[in-house]
Amino acid sequence: MSIAVRPLRILVAKPGLDGHDRGVKIIARALRDAGFEVIYTGLHQTPEMIAEAAIQEDVDAIGLSILSGAHLTLFPAVLGELRARGGGDIPVFGGGIIPDDDRPTLRAAGVAEIFTPGASTHDIVAWVREHLGPRAS
Amino acid sequence: MTKRDWLERRYRETPERPVRFSTVSDMPVEPLYAPDDVAPDALERIGTPGDYPYTRGVYPSMYRGRLWTMRQFAGFGSAEDTNARFHFLLGQGQTGLSTAFDMPTLMGYDADHPRARGEVGREGVAVSTLDDARALFDGIDLSKVSTSMTVNCTASVLLAMYLAVADEHGVPWDRLGGTIQNDMLKEFIAQKEWICPPVPSMRVVVDMIQFCAERVPRWHAVSISGYHIREAGSTAVQELAFTLADGLAYVQACVERGLAVDTFGPRLSFFFNLHNDFLEEIAKLRAARRMWATYMRERFGATDPRALMLRTHAQTAGVSLTAQQPLNNVVRVTVQALAGVLGGVQSLHTNSLDETLALPSEQAVMVALRTQQILAEESGVANIVDPLGGSWAVEVLTDRLERDARAYIDRIDELGGMIRAIELGYPQKEIAEAAWVYQQQIDRGEKTVVGVNRYQVPEDRPPELLRVPLEVEERQAERVRRVKRERNAATAREALARVREAATSGENLMPPLVAAVKAMVTLGEISDVYRDVFGQYRDPAWL
Repeated sequence: MSIAVRPLRILVAKPGLDGHDRGVKIIARALRDAGFEVIYTGLHQTPEMIAEAAIQEDVDAIGLSILSGAHLTLFPAVLGELRARGGGDIPVFGGGIIPDDDRPTLRAAGVAEIFTPGASTHDIVAWVREHLGPRAS
Repeated sequence: MTKRDWLERRYRETPERPVRFSTVSDMPVEPLYAPDDVAPDALERIGTPGDYPYTRGVYPSMYRGRLWTMRQFAGFGSAEDTNARFHFLLGQGQTGLSTAFDMPTLMGYDADHPRARGEVGREGVAVSTLDDARALFDGIDLSKVSTSMTVNCTASVLLAMYLAVADEHGVPWDRLGGTIQNDMLKEFIAQKEWICPPVPSMRVVVDMIQFCAERVPRWHAVSISGYHIREAGSTAVQELAFTLADGLAYVQACVERGLAVDTFGPRLSFFFNLHNDFLEEIAKLRAARRMWATYMRERFGATDPRALMLRTHAQTAGVSLTAQQPLNNVVRVTVQALAGVLGGVQSLHTNSLDETLALPSEQAVMVALRTQQILAEESGVANIVDPLGGSWAVEVLTDRLERDARAYIDRIDELGGMIRAIELGYPQKEIAEAAWVYQQQIDRGEKTVVGVNRYQVPEDRPPELLRVPLEVEERQAERVRRVKRERNAATAREALARVREAATSGENLMPPLVAAVKAMVTLGEISDVYRDVFGQYRDPAWL
């Protein structure tokens, strides 16, 4: 008897008003090609919408892409909305135009990892493989 | 010796490096171009500078007559912060203004809206009311400076504010010079800031083109932009094709409105990207001019030379810059800017070395501006008109880009025009595919990005970055609330009702918009009317 292992399900999301979706689409495609199940929210999502989607879709992790400079507001806001819905254990990682100086603040807020310009899709897929697993249900 | 003989007898004798010889857009290139490569009718199609089809430039004397406009895009924080940057840039010899707005302004939300949280003043300047627009242009002579505003779905509101500020300064509208980006088609294709769907968006654009042709004759009511298409990951050919196809769609819509092509055609302007591949970019700009002139004459029967000329702003490619070893970006920007100059642009923005990390610092902006001044006044390239014209390589690449871009435009025509193509996701998917291919080439090391996938070093501390304090957001939100408290509520309500009437009836939106911003109606309130009357567009989220 074997136990079916479903692929890790990752919500890839664009919070805020920023319309730069080149990066997020590439990450989504790279994760999908690497065998993960990817759900992409599309642009212009509020933190509430992202948290709601994560709970409804029962995802194992969330990847956020922010290139508008609003990361210090929007990352913590998404984490807060997740906690408010009982999804505080869903790992959140992300990337974008994020100065190195802001990493400690984001890590302290509970963001699992931050990828900045120059990160390759190989690095990101490798990190996901190494650090994420199915959530206990 | 013919080229074929040379290739077979001489070139084959020498080894080639084991790499793929192609442009940054992955267009393969030959080892040599020779007279045999140039078509017999080439001289006629290349022409002379200032003459149809303008391959060699739109003006006979080009930079010997007038240097390009050096126009650095600026905007952050409050209107006062950006106004101070404007005065700094003008003091450093910049010759035109270019305004970057923050995301809430670009998407139709006031600074006090919940959706503006964390974004106020961050990626540009926050402008919610006429009060902000006044502060933005304080102490600037609007009759002398030419102003560019990069804003699209709320462009009608910002233009109304600019006209209202001009009235307060006592500057007649026919003396105002400048450009408002207002290119909604490329928003759906690439930059992705929108309020309502493509068809009503197009209606507002045409309202503005018509209004400016009649009332603000020196204003460019739309800047047809390939920049964002390229930044989103397109190839050079796609940038060229989709930009011109957008332009053709605007012209078609104006003609359908009953406007004469020779009346509004001279006020259409363009905006292209300058990426890393030097010769490909020069060829792209030359092909763009020739194609536009030909389409305008053959498809729309334009006869006024000014309606045939493609005049363009250009900006070096933000996406090509690296966070690693950021000083290297100065070199990239120089090469890209030189391609723009050799490609014959009318105005130019050079990116700052720190732009992959944050908005540019004052020092980084100064180096970027100095790069243009060095090209203009030290390098000598501005002394000869189209100095690369007649280069076999450049002429062949120009022909090649034109041919490939025409094939894309034919495909878009077959689909029923650009609006239909956008609804089908055609240009969006083509760009996403090209971006994916390029990223894979970088990740596999097939294309080099210096400092990223080759020649890496342990990184030092990044340069000093510009930081926009979070307090800006609260100050701006309070400013909007104060304007709303202090304005005459009945006047504002009536003015907004007039905007709604015009939006519904189809009358030109601009006159009621100017009245509304003068009555201190906010950008968010007007955008809410658009949302209500025209409906909201949502991202189809294609992967």
